[in-house]
Amino acid sequence: MVCAHRKVLMSDQARSLVLIVNGSAVAVPEESTVASAILIAGAHSRISVEGEPRGPLCGMGICFECRAWIDGRPHRRSCQVLCTPGMDVRTA
Amino acid sequence: MNSTWDVVVLGAGIVGAACAFECVARGLRTAVVESGGIGGGATATGMGHIVVMDDSPAQLALTCYSQSLWSALADRLRPEVEYDSSGTLWVAADEEEMQEVRRKHSVYASARVRTEILDRQALAEAEPYLKPLAGALLVSSDAVLYPPCAAGWLIREAIQAGAGLIAPARVLSAHAGCVHLEDGSQLRAAHIILACGAESVKLLPQLPIRKRKGHLVITDRYPGLVRHQLVELGYLKSAHSLTEDSVAFNVQPRRTGQILIGSSREFGAEDSAINHAILKAMLDRAQLYLPELGSCVAIRTWTGFRAATPDKLPLIGPWPADETLYLATGHEGLGITTSLGTARLLVGQLTGSPTEIPFEPYLPERFVTGQSNTGESEQERAHGLRTSKGAHV
Amino acid sequence: MNMRFDVLVVGAGPAGIAAAVSAAEVGRRVALVDDNPAPGGQIWRKGAALPASARRWLGALNASSVSRLSGWSVYDAPAPGVLSAERNSEHINLHYNKLILATGARELFLPFPGWVLPNVFGAGGLDAMARGGLPVQGKRIVIAGSGPLLLAVASHLAARGARIVAVCEQAPIPRLARFAVHLLPQPAKLMQGIAYRWAFREAALHARCWPVAANGTKKLESVTLQQGTRQWSISCDYLACGFHLVPNIELAQLIGCRIEDGFVATDDLQTTSLADVLCAGEPTGIGGVELALVEGRVAGLAAAGNLEVAQKLARRRRKMLGFARSLREAYALDPQLRKLASDATIVCRCEDVAFGALRPHNSWRDAKLHTRCGMGPCQGRVCGAAARFLFNWNVDGIRPPVIPALVSSLAATITISDDTKENA
Repeated sequence: MVCAHRKVLMSDQARSLVLIVNGSAVAVPEESTVASAILIAGAHSRISVEGEPRGPLCGMGICFECRAWIDGRPHRRSCQVLCTPGMDVRTA
Repeated sequence: MNSTWDVVVLGAGIVGAACAFECVARGLRTAVVESGGIGGGATATGMGHIVVMDDSPAQLALTCYSQSLWSALADRLRPEVEYDSSGTLWVAADEEEMQEVRRKHSVYASARVRTEILDRQALAEAEPYLKPLAGALLVSSDAVLYPPCAAGWLIREAIQAGAGLIAPARVLSAHAGCVHLEDGSQLRAAHIILACGAESVKLLPQLPIRKRKGHLVITDRYPGLVRHQLVELGYLKSAHSLTEDSVAFNVQPRRTGQILIGSSREFGAEDSAINHAILKAMLDRAQLYLPELGSCVAIRTWTGFRAATPDKLPLIGPWPADETLYLATGHEGLGITTSLGTARLLVGQLTGSPTEIPFEPYLPERFVTGQSNTGESEQERAHGLRTSKGAHV
Repeated sequence: MNMRFDVLVVGAGPAGIAAAVSAAEVGRRVALVDDNPAPGGQIWRKGAALPASARRWLGALNASSVSRLSGWSVYDAPAPGVLSAERNSEHINLHYNKLILATGARELFLPFPGWVLPNVFGAGGLDAMARGGLPVQGKRIVIAGSGPLLLAVASHLAARGARIVAVCEQAPIPRLARFAVHLLPQPAKLMQGIAYRWAFREAALHARCWPVAANGTKKLESVTLQQGTRQWSISCDYLACGFHLVPNIELAQLIGCRIEDGFVATDDLQTTSLADVLCAGEPTGIGGVELALVEGRVAGLAAAGNLEVAQKLARRRRKMLGFARSLREAYALDPQLRKLASDATIVCRCEDVAFGALRPHNSWRDAKLHTRCGMGPCQGRVCGAAARFLFNWNVDGIRPPVIPALVSSLAATITISDDTKENA
């Protein structure tokens, strides 16, 4: 998989991993959720029915605002998924 | 409150709403009585498919007529009605079913409904996610809409034209031009139209209507997965049987991009809970035709009760035992499709004016007197039209 | 795949952990299923320093024989004695003799203009996000809504270096003061509250105060607050806003447990209206961690058959119910919160249905049918709870899946006749 390393956002945690959000590499603390990774990458998880950007609300898997494509599968609740190295995340 | 009307319509589902709409169009002082919400019964639970079907010549005539009425109304409908002429693909799994496709093609042509026969390749191009099949019949003039809002639109139009809406109000009895409501009030009318679907038997227990429970599942948004309404030819066998529980492949893309998955038919089920065995059979069959469906997220399931008559034709016309009482019920799975046609036929009879298609095949008296106009030969012909298929559950 | 257990516990928060550990200690075959990646539920969510009791219980869980099913989402109850759960594309049938529901609670979100902007979170929501790796150091944060959760969240975020600008509680000071008095017999709780406050001591604390607007173009830039007749705006990076808690009773409803006043009805041994189904923690009444732990232990012991000890503990539980009562009274919602939404304010976030579209309807069912409110993937968990408060509607009716699940999972649920088969 080819990824564009245009911008790598570093956190100041000791242990981090790198995943791909919308084609760009992002470094996040180990054991981060994909929802947090999306925000760290400066993206929003979904676009609403009326076309407005949305982000996570509840953080616990019940609001479904954090849905994103994770490793090729759509509509996954990113706040319930832990990041893994090289994970491919795409948002609306 | 006591009052007098030309017509009181019982039931604000799609059929009652269509009747009210038609009544006010003819200048009749009309009231509609509804015990729950507008379009809240079977109307709320169906697929909203506007489909021409040929289980019998009478069914073909009514669905064809009514589909053209919807088509003519389409431009006036509001966005929330979600009218979409996505067309239907009757899909054939093998050569035997392809013969049925060809037969349907000529039967529809005789009713002046243009259809196109797709071969294996053309079908694969039209619906890339379907498993490889033998081909299909494309009926482009078929459409889909969102039934509760369609009923809502019809009722609002009727109200704007002067109809009264009495809701929520439960009807205790309706006969001899008098409707008794639960709150003690009465409505008097020259004519009462009973359009309560499966609930009609509560007011008229003699009606030959049985509930046929159906299951549905709707997914999250997957735009482009399905482009037309997809129905397997075995659907006709499922809808035809009077005694067997059955499922058939029947999926529909909604305007939102969500996929609506049906269909099932169950006899004798009175409660609305999900039957897991039927649900499994229905979803297994759907995944058989459309394997991608398995990885779609299902958001909701629900059930609904179709009102089924013994000959698969609705009851449209006067009830012989009460000259004030007219029936518009028993539409099984074709309530949405034939609602507008039903309304025209009914109001034509009610006002003694000519109708655009013959109304005789749907007269309620066919069950009362024991003699039907076209009754038995209708059934024989219907049987003759069927190709015999193996069990498909 | 099928798995069989003596006791199946759903929900790995404090109540569920206590229940599972207690049942396992009596020698039962126990499983603990939860859709989060790790146990702890909300209040003990991984990613922050946990209190001693949490560490003790999590340690006991790790040391126990409890089968852990983390990341599994229970979506159906296809037959008595079975639950179906899904993780990614896998599904599993979990057979049980006794079921303990410890499904916890979620925040109540009330709509106000701008609440759907990115960077507006729930109060627990932002805390969860921070624990999940979202940096909050140096961020200006306004915390609003209602409930003791606000103080806990404020202190957790402050500990991570956030700049808590204001904490706004909708309840008025007299009620909060009465609640504090109620805490006097429980000095630990009082000390906890004081410790929380110390953690974010630089923040302004406002009572009888709530947000009337979240402002910004593509994301949050400022929050407008109201207190009495006074309105003012604060620029901030994040708004963490939640109006106390709503119990997660959906699975209990699906199974057929009796619900009273919006909570799962249980007897003193945490048993629901169904003899083999127990319920502990927030779904039986919002009462906090200590009560949840005791109820979890009672349920675990009762399910495992150790009724004597269960009954002893149940007596201790009864003494703790006063806290739940005083919580309810202290944090009752101000009716003015019903007026925050304008006609254009989105109520159903999944389907973008605005307040004005809902207002003309008479019931939740009608509103749902005609506007699609509640028909999205959250299945009404956010908008339905709000609608119940805004319109006094009865929000009911539950069918599988109780949380969205794959069509392949839904199709795989067993029927009673399949009981003895191993299903793929």
